[in-house]
Amino acid sequence: MAAVQDCNRGPIGPDLTFRKYLVLAGITVFSTLGDSLLARGMKELGGVSLHDFSGLLFAIFNPWVCAGIVLLLAFFASYMSALSWADLTYVLPATSLSYVLVAVIARIRFHEQISFTRWLGIALIAAGVGFVAAGPAVSSTHHHSEHPHSDHPEALPQEAKP
Amino acid sequence: MNDLYAWAAIALITMAATTGDVLLAYSMKRVGDVGEIWKTSGLFAVVARILSTPTFFLGVLAMAVAFYSLLFGLSWGNLSLVVPASASLTFVANAIAARIFLHERVGRRRWIAALLVAAGVALMAV
Repeated sequence: MAAVQDCNRGPIGPDLTFRKYLVLAGITVFSTLGDSLLARGMKELGGVSLHDFSGLLFAIFNPWVCAGIVLLLAFFASYMSALSWADLTYVLPATSLSYVLVAVIARIRFHEQISFTRWLGIALIAAGVGFVAAGPAVSSTHHHSEHPHSDHPEALPQEAKP
Repeated sequence: MNDLYAWAAIALITMAATTGDVLLAYSMKRVGDVGEIWKTSGLFAVVARILSTPTFFLGVLAMAVAFYSLLFGLSWGNLSLVVPASASLTFVANAIAARIFLHERVGRRRWIAALLVAAGVALMAV
């Protein structure tokens, strides 16, 4: 575990590349859109009985459900990607703006009123996101020595910044 | 009585989701930076590497358990109780579990973030 100390305050700092921020944004957007498309499709189909799962099999033929599943697969892929280079305790709060996005979509699409407590909730989530995003993305101590790529992160070619 | 079932479902969802998140995070850390592997060895290598990590499947299984507990929880409790309560508790449980099992250094900054988000998610339901 000697190499561990080096990784901790290594070059992997708070400065993620632009592409990695895109992945985090992708998690936020894909999960929100995927969930709302899925919800819309399932509402069209009506209630699925818990005793009869065969209804769920036919659900994938509904275009909304189908699109929702595709987006949720995209969410899963970007989530896995993010977990491969950032801590769980970084990724989860950093992508929690999806809860805010749901409220915003509900406001625009369904003209729902947003109550004061909801605004307060949105503010707290946004503050939490700001807090974690300003800190380092990686701190865990059990990896980075197993792969040749990660041994010398400073030697990695920098991703092109736009 | 239904309340009790709803909270049992919430506890189950929280535990399964946390287990899943921790297992998936652990697996992906073992796999390594996906972007780098993709660049050096291609997408196929990324997929092969993920699929050869047994804990990945355990994580997916735990996530499936969480999803089905959510479905059952929704049949007993309100959407506006079950979803935010389990989501909010999962944030806190994940911070604890990541510290214990993944050895992530959950500093003050991350604790505050997890608690703020958890409180915010809880408020969104009110």
